[in-house]
Amino acid sequence: MCAMPASPPIEVDRLVKIYKTVPAVDGISFTLQPGSVTGLLGGNGAGKTTTIATIMGLVMPTSGRVSVLGAEMPRQRYRVLHRMNFESPYVEVPMRLTIRQNLTVFGMLYGVADLTHRIAQLASDLDLTDLLDRPTGRLSAGQKTRVSLAKALINNPDVLLLDEPTASLDPDTADWVRGHLERFCHERNATVLLASHNMAEVERLCERVIIMKRGRIEDDDAPAKLLARYGRLTLEEVFLDVARGDGIHSEAAQ
Amino acid sequence: MTDRAVSDRTTAAQTGSSPRRIGAMMLRYWYLLRSSWPRLLDLVYWPTVQMVTWGFLQYYISTNAGFFARAGGTFIGAVLLWDILFRGQLGFSISFLEEMWSRNIGNLMMSPLRPLEFIAALMVMSVVRLAIGAVPVTILAIAFFGFNLYGMAFALVAFFCNLMLTSWAIGIFVSGLILRNGMGAENLAWSIMFLFMPLTCVYYPVTTLPVWLQPVAWLLPPTYVFEGMRTLLIQKVFRPDLMVDALALNAVLFAAGLFGFIKLLQSARRHGSLLQTGE
Repeated sequence: MCAMPASPPIEVDRLVKIYKTVPAVDGISFTLQPGSVTGLLGGNGAGKTTTIATIMGLVMPTSGRVSVLGAEMPRQRYRVLHRMNFESPYVEVPMRLTIRQNLTVFGMLYGVADLTHRIAQLASDLDLTDLLDRPTGRLSAGQKTRVSLAKALINNPDVLLLDEPTASLDPDTADWVRGHLERFCHERNATVLLASHNMAEVERLCERVIIMKRGRIEDDDAPAKLLARYGRLTLEEVFLDVARGDGIHSEAAQ
Repeated sequence: MTDRAVSDRTTAAQTGSSPRRIGAMMLRYWYLLRSSWPRLLDLVYWPTVQMVTWGFLQYYISTNAGFFARAGGTFIGAVLLWDILFRGQLGFSISFLEEMWSRNIGNLMMSPLRPLEFIAALMVMSVVRLAIGAVPVTILAIAFFGFNLYGMAFALVAFFCNLMLTSWAIGIFVSGLILRNGMGAENLAWSIMFLFMPLTCVYYPVTTLPVWLQPVAWLLPPTYVFEGMRTLLIQKVFRPDLMVDALALNAVLFAAGLFGFIKLLQSARRHGSLLQTGE
């Protein structure tokens, strides 16, 4: 008897999302492999946040289907939400609660066992131990980002969605966060989808890049292959080519 | 313990852990209340002001009019029962609004917390918030005006259950409206119960209303409670039939509130409103 093949962690098939008459996502398809880190690039309004929200089950697709860890989203989301997590600048953890209180609440929501140990472990990993009993609202921007990251990692997710994880951070803190994400992905073998405007971040973390424009996928490949195809030295230049519609510059590719 | 072990135990804990998620939300609101003395003060302040004001008015009228002298306590009783209805709904809605104000609703909606678990936590917290505000005020009513709400005994339990059911039904529906329409609908949370005030005849009998409006009043469960309270205080008779009617209407109202919330949440998912929880 053959074993059933495992479902890919994330499978997006001909996804369309139209708000009233405006298409935010327009027929995109992609599949993410287990343990992969994929960057989702695109200008403002390209459809990145809607795509991530649809994968999380927060937005109902107009048509097409999204499957996460084998569950149809949003219909079967409660089968898998405890194995997923996310971080986004559009949401915050309650500011009046201390870090420990916030992590306790979210740990209970995600059904984390041995929560005291898990909080101590996360606090140690993210350099939050001395701040655990401080209200989250009294932290610096960098410290708050680390708390959001701790919340996103509280359940050791198999699928992690990150929307601008280092937005508004100074370069040192941003680099520190990237380093931690790198370690997490390596140790945990989690599948990560990362939406970002920071090309250096995407180049460092992602083995695959999906570039979106006006709700559609304009390109989808490994960073090195994209650079070669567009005849550019950095992803930022590739991004600008796609955003401005300049197309592929490499003579070889042409 | 390895990460995989944590994950396995997380998965195991996932099944049948609904009370834990409800407990998590209650803990979240308890932490919030505990950390903020203005929030605690607000729970007691306004009910006290209302009770004292109406208590003195009751005292003045009772010394000047024979009927009201016999109708001892109806004003204070009405104020205290109205407060259960109003504060019950407000307690539910404010806990919900705390999530909107703190931009935490997205975290909750993308967590394993089910909508019905969220609602259950909000219902329990509305009782906790009400207790923090109402218990000291009812004790003050005994001390200042000799009005003992607890003297109503079993009747008080029936009044309380019916009023809380109404307050939850309204609170659930208003929360759905806010999820769907954003903070532009916040004012409804503060004001919607006042629409019920004249119609549910808090301070006067239903017969005071125009004849054509009286059937509308009898469609609202709190009307039965306030009529029942007046019958108890004036005629010294408890009317269980009124409470049964109120309970039946509350069952319909609660189911309608829940249905409305689920439909509004579905609509919010379709329209992407959960991503834009501002105005």
